Parts: sequence; structure tokens; C-alpha cells
Amino acid sequence: MSLDAAIPPDGDGEPDEPSESGRVVVSAEGVSKKFRLFKERNQTLKAAVLRGHRLVADDFWALRDVSFDVHEGETFGLIGENGSGKSTMLKCLTKILRPDEGRVAVEGKISALLELGAGFHPELTGRENVFLNGAILGLGQKELRRRFDDIVDFAGIGAFIDEPVKNYSSGMYIRLGFSVAINVDPDVLLVDEVLAVGDEAFQRKCNEKFADLRSQGKTIVLVSHGMGGVQNLCDRVAWFEHGRLKKIGEPREVIEAYVGNVHVDRSLDSEGHHRWGSGEARVSRVELLDHRGQRTTQVHSGDPVTLRIHYDIDEPIERPVFGIAFHTLEGFLLNGTNSREAHCVPEKLTGRGHVDIRFNPFRLLPATYDIHVALVDYSLLHQYDYRQNVLRFDVVRGHTRSGEAGWVSLGEVWQIGDLTSEA
Amino acid sequence: MTAVAGEEHPAKPSPPRRSAWREVRNSRELFANLTLRELRSKYKRSWLGWGWSMVNPLAYTAIYTIVFHFVLRAKPTPGVNGLSVFALWLLCAMLPWNFFQTAVNAAIGSLPANDNLIKKSYFPRQLLPISSVSAALVSHFIEMALLVLALAAFGDYQAFIFLPMTFLLIMLMVVFATGLGLLLAVANVYFRDVQYFMTIFFLAWLYLTPIVYPPTVLHGTALFVSKLNPMTDATIAFRDGLYYGTLPGLYGLGAVIAAAAITFAIGWTVFARHEARLVEEL
Repeated sequence: MSLDAAIPPDGDGEPDEPSESGRVVVSAEGVSKKFRLFKERNQTLKAAVLRGHRLVADDFWALRDVSFDVHEGETFGLIGENGSGKSTMLKCLTKILRPDEGRVAVEGKISALLELGAGFHPELTGRENVFLNGAILGLGQKELRRRFDDIVDFAGIGAFIDEPVKNYSSGMYIRLGFSVAINVDPDVLLVDEVLAVGDEAFQRKCNEKFADLRSQGKTIVLVSHGMGGVQNLCDRVAWFEHGRLKKIGEPREVIEAYVGNVHVDRSLDSEGHHRWGSGEARVSRVELLDHRGQRTTQVHSGDPVTLRIHYDIDEPIERPVFGIAFHTLEGFLLNGTNSREAHCVPEKLTGRGHVDIRFNPFRLLPATYDIHVALVDYSLLHQYDYRQNVLRFDVVRGHTRSGEAGWVSLGEVWQIGDLTSEA
Repeated sequence: MTAVAGEEHPAKPSPPRRSAWREVRNSRELFANLTLRELRSKYKRSWLGWGWSMVNPLAYTAIYTIVFHFVLRAKPTPGVNGLSVFALWLLCAMLPWNFFQTAVNAAIGSLPANDNLIKKSYFPRQLLPISSVSAALVSHFIEMALLVLALAAFGDYQAFIFLPMTFLLIMLMVVFATGLGLLLAVANVYFRDVQYFMTIFFLAWLYLTPIVYPPTVLHGTALFVSKLNPMTDATIAFRDGLYYGTLPGLYGLGAVIAAAAITFAIGWTVFARHEARLVEEL
């Protein structure tokens, strides 16, 4: 734990990210937050009297001297391990917690999605709870009545709106909570790990809503574990470690530093690339096969190509998921996918074997690329083995369509309508 | 560092902030919603529902009437137009007392009952005890209205004339209960003993106040203690207007006003001082 690498942001001398749209709407200045950890937490008068003073407590600094600014219209991500202080930071921004030192300022109307439907009363109907929840988020009754239909539509609750929420499924409960929170039309939206809610259709709706809010120039601060999401959503990312701000900046850069740092048991493989994971199941080798099944590191754009992942598993593991990602040399993620996405997950896997991933045609355009391969559990949270840059390969000009620009061919089909012949 | 305009909350665990007033005042809609929630959820899933808020006072009136009037022979002085109904005499003081006790207890329990709300969203925390008191007030108004009608049915039409005074007294009880509720709600977060202790305390307090017996039976030390008890003055004042058709004594009214104001000032200040830390202590 090297704390000297902590703030100020961009310790490499690079100035703070230039503001994209000027005005600072969320700012934290030297924020510190102390929690008391009780050695013996029983809140009774007897215990207090017997001890002579209230409770024996140790101080624990959940946040220590954290400063950052978020500009209007920015989407700002907070990442870090559990207990690193990112959620505490968010709670300070929402005023639920008050910092012990430093100060926090947020301009405009705040809506916080810390826990969806947190204020719902189980015995009350959805309708009654919408009004209560809306009032907590600071929306007037008149305003709520005007938006009520939108809220219910968005949540997809339908006739259930007049049922007590205790009869709701957990999905409905969360959808209604999200719908209220997002429809209060906040200037600043503070979100804590609630993006992954509901079914796919609802998630898509949520993402559209977020995109919508971003395009309206709303400011979003979000706490997340899901690195892919952060990378796609955020303009800037702040990485918290042990209550301090470790790094702040462009998402890919910060996330890479974070991912490279958190895995304590990481090691460099024989080629000097990062590798980490719990190790009971391993990716032993990764190879690229051309259309004749020959190993190669040079393929032609547009040819059929197979990526073969060799695994080696000690004890049987349930529902393992293989993940692959293609990066450019600059580190830009072109595509990341996994076998869960493809609905190709065995119930159990053990011993040695290999997984083939076929690309026909292989759509990457001529350049050099790196592949990352991961072997994870079904939740995608536990990593058995993660190998960064496990294979580097070149794509060279294909036999067809060799003049395309960019990274990838989209395989589109052209058609020119000929009005004269149709007539 | 650029200074930022807009809402800020400074670092030091707060000296009671002026802005607490403003914040609470600006949250009227939320206050109304929280009160409604209390009222709506109170008797959910009970067959009698709101009927319970009427059954309770009727039941204990019957019990106290039997015990104190028929068994112990308590006989209060007759009221307006020779009115001599022990049950009505009792209710004139019992209903305000009952409101006071219910309101304070609800306020004490309001913070732990809503810990999820407190931990996951921000709003002025004062609203929770305050809306508990106001939910209790709604039932109290209904009870008092029925009492006035019952008094009139027994010939005490003067109860109508003294309605403004009764209303003022009810408002003083609201202020008193809110102050005590805010104070004890904070104490209860630190020591959960408070809510259990208050059950005993209220029982003792009830019998130290001339509610179920007339003040004329008090002598010596008991009289002295009852004089220190602002609820004695409140009880007498309520009965003066409703049952005896006279204005309460200035001294008694002043004592109630003073007790309510001082308790409220203390409760509000203590609450504001601890508000920021509540979320960590819950």
C-alpha cells in the first residue's frame, strides 16, 4: 500500500483534465470522514454506566483528504475495492453523511440512487409509495402528479400500481424505485451500483435513460464494480484506495492501473505479461488457428480464424465462463465477450481440454492486436485466471475488400436501387 | 481550489444550524407525505382498522370509570349545568394525556423504525419525529371532536364556546410533545433503554397527574410534586374549558406555555446538534 502515490490527481505532472463544459457542479475539497468502530457495541445505559463513559471506540478514516471536481455534463466514475471509501464518498455528496473535515458542494437538484425503493413502505400501495418517495427526492406533489403516468409506464408496473408493494416481485420493486428516482429530473444524479437491475429489457431502458440524461448535459457520479460499464459510461474515473484518492483521470488508464493493482496474487507470466486469479483453474495456452487449422500469429482479414483456449482445471468447477477481449496496441478495447453471452456454459468442467471460438469471417482490419483471456465463474466476479496480453497477432490484408479503413469490418451489404429498371 | 457557489455543508459536527429551520419548512410536502404514511400504515391488516383509535379510549374510559368512580368512589365537582358524568370528566383530561403519550412514544421510535430511509436518503431528520406527532394529532382531533359532541349531548354547550381555548391547549401539547419527542428520539438512538424506560415513566407520570382523580384529593408532598408537573396545569386547563366552562388560570396557562417552549427549545437544539451523526449511530 503506497500512499505516496495518492493525490494530487495526475501526479505525473499532467494538469487536471481540461473541463469539457466549464462549470464545476460537484466538488469535494479535502474531504475526510471518520467512523467510530465500536469494540463492544451494545447500546445500553447499563454498559455505559459500568464503563464510566459511553463506548470504547477506535477511529477509522473511511475517507482521507479527498479532493476532486466534477464538471457539468460529465459522467464521473468512482472505483475501488470494498471498503475503499467510494460509497462513503457518494454518501457525503448526497449529504447523508457529513464529512469531518473538508467540504462538499453540489450545485442543483440531486437525485441519489443508493438503494432502489429504499423508502418504500411494504403495506402501502405503489401509488402511495411513489408520492412518498418522490417527496423524499424533493419533488412537489403537483409535479409528481404530472409525471405519475411516465413513472408508472417506465417501471412497467401497470395495474399493480394500486397493490401494496409487499406483493411486488423484487424486480417490480426495484423498477418502480428506479423509475421514481430517474424521473425526478435531477441536475446531478448520484448512482451506487444499481445499474445491473431488472431484466434485460429494463436494463436497456435504463441505459437509454442514462444516455438521455447525459445528452441533456446532466452530471452523473456513479460508483461501480463492473469495470466494463464504467469504461463505457464514464468520461473520467477516480480510483479510491484505503480512503484516499489514488488516481483520477481517463477511464481506461485508471481502470488498467486499478485492475493491475488489486490482484495481489498477480504474477508476470513467462512473456512478462500480467496474470492473476485464484488459480484452481487455469488458461494454460492460447493460440490462433488459420483456416487450415495451423497455428499462426498472422491472419488475413476476412479469412476464417479460430481462437483456441487450452484450460487446465484441478477440481471440477461449476459453470465456468471463458472471456476474451481484443485490444489495439494503444489499449483500446475493440470487443470483449464471453461464453455466457454466447450461452455456451457447461454445467461442470474439469481436467484439461480446449475451447474453440470460431470467427468466419474474421472481421478485424490489418493492424496488430492483443488478446486478453479470462476464466471466471458464472457471476463473472470471481476470476480463476486472467491473462492480459496473452497473445499478440497481426492481421494482414485480406483477399477481398482490402481498402477498408479503421479497426473492423462491419460486413455490411450494399444495394443500389435502380429506378429505371424497376419502372 | 475554486470556490463553488451553491449548497455546502461545512465540516465541523454541526453547531445547531439556523438552516435546519429553513430545511424543515421547505419540506412541507415530505412532511405531509410522511404523516400520511404513518396514518395509512397504522391500522393496515387489522380488521377493525381505524376503529381501534376509537375503541382504545372508550375501553380505558370504561375501565378507569369502574375502578375510580365505582370502586374508589372518586367524585369530581359537578361541571357546567350540574354535569356529573365521570366518564366525560375523565375523557376531558385523558384524551390530551393519551395524545401526549402516544405522540412522544411514536417520536421516540420514529428513528429506528425508519433507519433504512435515513441511511439511504437525505432529508431533514427532524421530519420523522415531527410527522409521528402530527399523525397522532390527527386521531386526537377526531377524538376531541367526538368528546365535544358528547359533552353537548349531556347539556354542556359551553364546550363549543371554549373550542378556541381547547385548540390553543392542544397546540401547546403538540409543541411540548414534539420537544420531548425530539430530545428522547436522539437519546434513544444512543441508548435503546430509553423507549423501555419511558413506558414505566409514563405510567408513573399519569398517576402523578390529577387525571384519573380530582386535584382536590392531593395533599402534602403529592400536592407539591403535582405543582412541579406541567401536565397538572395542562390537565386542569383542559378540564376548565371543556367540563367546567371557565377560562384556565393565567398562572396555569403560563406554566404550560413555559414548559412547552423550554422543552421544545431543548429538544430542537439537541436534535440539530446530533442530526448529522444519527446515520452512523443507528
